[in-house]
Amino acid sequence: MSNDDQLEIEVNGVTLPARKGQMLIEATDAAGIYIPRFCYHEKLSIAANCRMCLVEVEKAPKPLPACATPVMDGMKVFTASARAISAQKATMEFLLINHPLDCPICDQGGECELQDLAMGYGRGVSRYSERKRVVRDKNLGPLISTDMTRCIHCTRCVRFGQEIAGIQELGTTGRGEHTQIGTYVEKSVDHEMSGNIIDLCPVGALNNKPYRFSARAWEMTQHASVAAHDCVGSNMFAHVYNGIAKRIVPQPNEAINETWLSDRDRFSFEGIYAADRLQSPRIRIDGEWRDCGWDEALSAVAEGLKGIAADHGPEQISGLISPSATSEEHFLFARLLRGLGSVNIDHRIRRVDFHGQEADPVAPGLGMTLADLEAQQALLVVGSDLRQEVPIAAHRVRKAAVAGADVFFVNPGNYEYLFPVAGYLDTTSSSIIDELAGLVRAAFARTETRPDANLAEVLAAAEVRPEHEAAVAKLIAAERATVLLGLIAGRHPGYSRIRMLAAALAAATGAQVGSLTEGANSGGAAMAGTLPHRICGGAAAETTGLNAAEIIAAPTRGMVLMGIEPELDCANAEGLLERLADTLFCVVVTPFATPAMETYASVLLPVGTFAETAGSYLNAAGEQQEFSGFATPVGAARPGWKILRVLGNLCAVDGFDYVSAAEVTQALAAVCEDSEPSIENTGQLAPAVAGFDEGGLRVPIYAVDAVVRRARSLQLTKWGESVPDISKPADAA
Amino acid sequence: MSDAVKSYTGPLSQHARDVIDHWVAKFPEGQQRSAIIAALREVQHDNQGFLTPELMDAVAEYLDLPPIQVYEVATFYSMFETRPVGRHHVSVCTNISCMLCGSDDIVAHVEKKLGIKTGESTADGRIFLKQEEECLAACNGAPMMMVDHVYYENLTPQKVDEILDNLE
Repeated sequence: MSNDDQLEIEVNGVTLPARKGQMLIEATDAAGIYIPRFCYHEKLSIAANCRMCLVEVEKAPKPLPACATPVMDGMKVFTASARAISAQKATMEFLLINHPLDCPICDQGGECELQDLAMGYGRGVSRYSERKRVVRDKNLGPLISTDMTRCIHCTRCVRFGQEIAGIQELGTTGRGEHTQIGTYVEKSVDHEMSGNIIDLCPVGALNNKPYRFSARAWEMTQHASVAAHDCVGSNMFAHVYNGIAKRIVPQPNEAINETWLSDRDRFSFEGIYAADRLQSPRIRIDGEWRDCGWDEALSAVAEGLKGIAADHGPEQISGLISPSATSEEHFLFARLLRGLGSVNIDHRIRRVDFHGQEADPVAPGLGMTLADLEAQQALLVVGSDLRQEVPIAAHRVRKAAVAGADVFFVNPGNYEYLFPVAGYLDTTSSSIIDELAGLVRAAFARTETRPDANLAEVLAAAEVRPEHEAAVAKLIAAERATVLLGLIAGRHPGYSRIRMLAAALAAATGAQVGSLTEGANSGGAAMAGTLPHRICGGAAAETTGLNAAEIIAAPTRGMVLMGIEPELDCANAEGLLERLADTLFCVVVTPFATPAMETYASVLLPVGTFAETAGSYLNAAGEQQEFSGFATPVGAARPGWKILRVLGNLCAVDGFDYVSAAEVTQALAAVCEDSEPSIENTGQLAPAVAGFDEGGLRVPIYAVDAVVRRARSLQLTKWGESVPDISKPADAA
Repeated sequence: MSDAVKSYTGPLSQHARDVIDHWVAKFPEGQQRSAIIAALREVQHDNQGFLTPELMDAVAEYLDLPPIQVYEVATFYSMFETRPVGRHHVSVCTNISCMLCGSDDIVAHVEKKLGIKTGESTADGRIFLKQEEECLAACNGAPMMMVDHVYYENLTPQKVDEILDNLE
């Protein structure tokens, strides 16, 4: 920023620095001088339609709206002069003319911008004695409740749709007295971040539907936490009443989720209170299931696992853990299994191609911050239904595209993106690998690079089309370009080929390679060592154990499953339940008890969900985020790290003397400290796959994990209906 | 757009689409939202003087805009009708000049004659009496009314009868 851009204004007699082009309200906000507002929002365009921010400006004939008045050098502003206050009070009086006096039955009561400002600027008694207008409520779907009579037409929700979501679902119909906010035709609001309009609404017109009438703002306690369903780890606040989570709201963090939260992260907590929560440990003795105490259950598990190790050898024990488990759980899980002598440990349960896994990054991820992602000038997204996989990352890519970046997709289908797409490389008649090979060949031709032997074989059959050349030209021309591998790519049977091609393409075009990762904590899991070929910290294991695909194909005699419903969370899970039922001893550490689990498990241990445990996640941008539990555990559920700690002690494995999750975090950090990412091309490739439905690798947005699958309101949305019935809670029908 | 025109199967007539294309061409690329008013006017004409959600959706689709943006325009302007109305649109000006010259009596006369209130249509679908019309800028001939875009000034009850009786 050059000095020419800097200027000075005087607000209430105090000189403030400001930047040319800034609006007055931005300068005063930065200086902590409060100006009341309803329609202004820092992330949205300026509407200047509520008139609440009127301030007095010297030499201006009338009060001016601070949100739409650009700063000028030497301007003198009075935000609380008699004239400014009188303008603000007059605005307030008009706003309150049609606003109902129903604060006592309004969910917004106690945290309402209108209520707060009415305290400061409203009259004690209304001069308006005519009838107030009444507006019919709209049905916007299962997530957002409406009380449209309360609406003050600030249009924040409309602008959110236009500018942030990229699809305008709400609009302003009618005019004057008859103006309404709505969809005009009966229609639900379906965008995956639509819940943010609840926070944007400064009054009680748009509210949280599942939360409706269930608590008051001042009765709840607020706990900071981290979202558990995708690899960005949005920051959030949980609002808790008597130990029960009532709602989730975003915690602003410019580096990650800005001020937004995806609907999945906002409403998933409903799943914690699903009817099939496992209330107490359960044990199967002679084919009969019964509830039991923790002592009995944990001893049975320790005996069972030790028994398998003694009778069949420790290589007959395997462990699969959810990639959304905390780093602490991963750390102790890996330590427990390795302590028992097993090397068959994995969290990559949706991955099927492990060729060249030694070359995986120590902590897979974007390799850049989300702000970097937004700053890219050209992006090639490979195998990703971006909006469904990681809504916040999709939002960043959208911002890049809107700012002029060229975004190309290589995908099994043309998913809807709501931003300008530079090109779709459709794979309906080819495959991701063929398209990538075409791109690499085009890039090599352009840069006169010669492929090595591995590549030459894959490139031999590649066909270069003009679209490939166009995309490559953009990647080369852009100063900041990225090849972004999505979750569909990661689940692909030819992932090793995709990765090699992506790396070659990036090298030839000067782009970076980044990956979106499964669950909330694939990075943390890899660092903590729940991998068959690496120990905690990323060093190679002495012996490489069975990977997830091998374990799923042929479960060992003893199995430890943590935080997963294998039939829904694992790749190639067909027949897996029968195979699990044939194992000798299977312990399932799970928040939920399903009828399927009772067919194959030996012991069920109730574990706390992300809401009920302390821990940390390492997000795809490489940021370690710690959080503590915010809800009272349901039933006898215990935090996962405590369960593993006791199991470690009972199994007489060393290194399980931790008394808090933070201690585990420290131990983990100490091990990971000097780990260096090692990425090299091993040249090990999956055999070529052909004639296979890549679209089938897509996991619907509300089917990603057990908690989300049980979040009733999410399942009732448009996207939820694509989820198999099996995953819906019993009472959702 | 030529391919799209050839293969178009929606409810918009060829004529309406030609008019829309004409208006879209007047604005910079990507500013087709500005053509909504012209598009709706033409489509309303084609549909006996009113719009349906299906037609508004068709306009949105044709202009590649979110349907809500078309609904916004259609509901904002008083010259668009978003529910079925009579064939002939009759609007009596009741603004200040006309009011001073007796427009209230004219409205009362029309309502009595047709047996409907403002905002309603006759049962035979012949006449639609618009709710309220603001000043139509013909104060020199007050009281006045507009029938199907034609101005009739210096109204008397007899004159109104004659005009209305001549509508088919």
